[in-house]
Amino acid sequence: MSIQKKLAAAAGLAGLAISAAAFGHPESSLNLPVGVTPISQQAHYLHMLTLWVCVAIAVVVFGAMIYSMVKFRKSQGAVADTSIVHSTKAEIIWTIIPVLILIGLAVPATKGLIIIEDTRNSGLTVKATGYQWKWQYEYISQNDGKTESPISGVSFYSALEEKSNFTRQLGSGLDPNQVENYLLNVDHPLIIPSGVKVRLLLTGNDVIHAWWVPEFGMKRDAIPGFVNEMWIQVDEGKEGTYRGQCVELCGRDHGFMPIVVVVKTKQDFAAWLAAQQQASAPAATATAATTASL
Amino acid sequence: MAHAEAHAHDGHDHNHAPAGIGRWLFATNHKDIGTMYLVFALIMFFIGGAMAMVIRLELFKPGLQFVDPGFFNSMTTMHALIMIFGGVMPAWTGLANWMIPLQVGAPDMALPRMNNYSFWILPFAFTLLLLSFFLPGGAPAGGWTLYPPLVLQAGDSFGLTIFAIHMMGISSIMGAINVVVTIMNMRAPGMDLLKMPLFCWTWLITAYLLIATMPVLAGAVTMLLTDHYFGTAFFNPAGGGDPVMFQHIFWFFGHPEVYILILPAFGIVSEIIPTFSRKPLFGYESMVYATGSIAFLSFIVWAHHMFTVGMPLAGQLFFMLSTMLIAVPTGVKVFNWTTTMWRGSISYEPPMLFALAFLFLFTIGGFSGLMLAIAPADFQYHDTYFVVAHFHYVLVPGAVFAIMAGVYYWLPKWTGHMYDLKLATWHFWLSTISVNVLFFPMHFLGLAGMPRRIPDYNVQFADWNMVASIGGFAFGLSQVMFVWIVLKSVRGGGPKASARVWDDTNSEGLEWTVPSPAPFHTFETPPVIK
Repeated sequence: MSIQKKLAAAAGLAGLAISAAAFGHPESSLNLPVGVTPISQQAHYLHMLTLWVCVAIAVVVFGAMIYSMVKFRKSQGAVADTSIVHSTKAEIIWTIIPVLILIGLAVPATKGLIIIEDTRNSGLTVKATGYQWKWQYEYISQNDGKTESPISGVSFYSALEEKSNFTRQLGSGLDPNQVENYLLNVDHPLIIPSGVKVRLLLTGNDVIHAWWVPEFGMKRDAIPGFVNEMWIQVDEGKEGTYRGQCVELCGRDHGFMPIVVVVKTKQDFAAWLAAQQQASAPAATATAATTASL
Repeated sequence: MAHAEAHAHDGHDHNHAPAGIGRWLFATNHKDIGTMYLVFALIMFFIGGAMAMVIRLELFKPGLQFVDPGFFNSMTTMHALIMIFGGVMPAWTGLANWMIPLQVGAPDMALPRMNNYSFWILPFAFTLLLLSFFLPGGAPAGGWTLYPPLVLQAGDSFGLTIFAIHMMGISSIMGAINVVVTIMNMRAPGMDLLKMPLFCWTWLITAYLLIATMPVLAGAVTMLLTDHYFGTAFFNPAGGGDPVMFQHIFWFFGHPEVYILILPAFGIVSEIIPTFSRKPLFGYESMVYATGSIAFLSFIVWAHHMFTVGMPLAGQLFFMLSTMLIAVPTGVKVFNWTTTMWRGSISYEPPMLFALAFLFLFTIGGFSGLMLAIAPADFQYHDTYFVVAHFHYVLVPGAVFAIMAGVYYWLPKWTGHMYDLKLATWHFWLSTISVNVLFFPMHFLGLAGMPRRIPDYNVQFADWNMVASIGGFAFGLSQVMFVWIVLKSVRGGGPKASARVWDDTNSEGLEWTVPSPAPFHTFETPPVIK
């Protein structure tokens, strides 16, 4: 019996050591990503802070428990001291210390929340609409710091890319390991610039969805009848492709509506946006002409 | 605690229970009804557990191998509904029925016929709920949280589900009223409120939570019902309604509900740890106040389940800070349990083993709860497997382990026979190891970015999902041992148990003053407590 307990304690400590060593490793998939936006870095900081506070408390509390469990065993002749039944002093101490720790956590958490909720002074506004089961992105307006200028005609749907879609069918016989970015790839990714505060407006067309890219550190629900907002500012030099998923159960294919964001430099983004607007302009004229001729 | 227990020695046979099926159908005896609740809960644990096995089987590796995504969603939805409303809650009510009259020295529950009714609603409610699998559109698949508009897309099962939830709610409310009335009116003379065993205290507070919140759930699902069938638009923005309002109402029920699931566990652990430390509970009164504080706080923290819906900053701050406060009374409890063991004389019988596992693993669930309370970090955790890990830590090695601890603690009192301690110790180790293999990797999955409620995933999540599934199958199989151990004891295997059952002179509960097995009728003459 006592050997079993010792083994269990040893295994527990070893497990704690292994998981502690793995936390924070840059390539590790065990932990939250640091991400590429101020919000995600802040979320990571708060996550690590709270985690280490919890680990420290765990070491003390679990330490006291394990010590008692080993030291005061009846099988080792321990005799109970039945006079220990109450101590107001102890109760006050272990009420006040946690309160102080919580205040220590609440201050940075409050500061962080204020930053997250400040969507002012954005340079680009994009609207994302959740559908069962795809996203639609509309580019609404740009702001160069002086004037807000609308963007017209840049809008597209973004759905699970074909190869993943074939592979994920029940009994497809295809191997997910052979599909690049399985279930995390779309036909038309959202394109945003780096170094610009991008305001994302979120709504749902049918049911509630939620938009999340872990590397951006923020998720928000896309609710029918509501327009929610959040902001993303990808650090310059962090251009690349970032992937996420719908994170609010939205029906049968909830697991199959990924989010892919390609972050370009400001120049590349401006060029891409101009090309998109040009591509849509003749089409719009043509549509107008067709309507007129009817 | 001194007491006078006359009737057990009057030479009269107290086991004149009615014979045949009528004994159970028309049961008014708290022990019979308690047994029925516990058997029902066990059956539901296995049905809900089978659904969890389907989930873990599908998630064993990437790609869809076994079930359609729609059916997968039904599995997650029904697993939750059955485990919460069919498993944990009836198990607590069963333990309350058995033990509260024995602990306060009452001859029975205060309202025995209502007791019968509140039990017998349950089999019908869950039969209805399970029948929904055979209706067009299948079983409900919108998540146990029933968020509109998604839940309104359900097929023919919708009305059945709502009706079943109403029935469960009525059953819970009646059970809760019975507990309150019994504790308030039927305590033996001298049994002051602050002399009651903590299981009675935590259940009393739980009962008030139930009475306060189950009607809220009933209101919410009734509005869903009229939105679906009668053209109202409570939650439909196209008709001026508000889908977020449902979430507020639901979680106003839902957050106290999680304490309904865990408070009785605090009570049980508060009795088992002193018994096997051979020392009185440390800080009895502070335990009572801490339970009360947790219950109060549970009413003002609901929107921490909804940080991502887009609340105003002030709202988010309020719910973040109030949620963090819960750590204080919960901490007080953990410190009191730890101090109870300090300078005790500890032995490790199965109830103590489960209570200790509860102490460690529930605390881990508490830590992840504190992390989730930090709103800026919660935006990363929300609706990922990190949340799944968190609530399974507090509900499985939390609530369920405490139920098992309670059963192992009182089983000899119920059956009169000590169960197979060695086998139960094996059951403990297998359960504890496998439950961690099952749920601990889910923290990693969530942090790495895996959303909850998805039937298939990117290959980067494959390793830990496989580990979790293996843990899941092992945990599921280990529970077969539990049934075997209990059945053996019920059928009269094992040595005879004494009235006190455990070699300890400190446990004060009146249940240890009646013989084992407890006779059909107990405390017909109230015991006198000095």
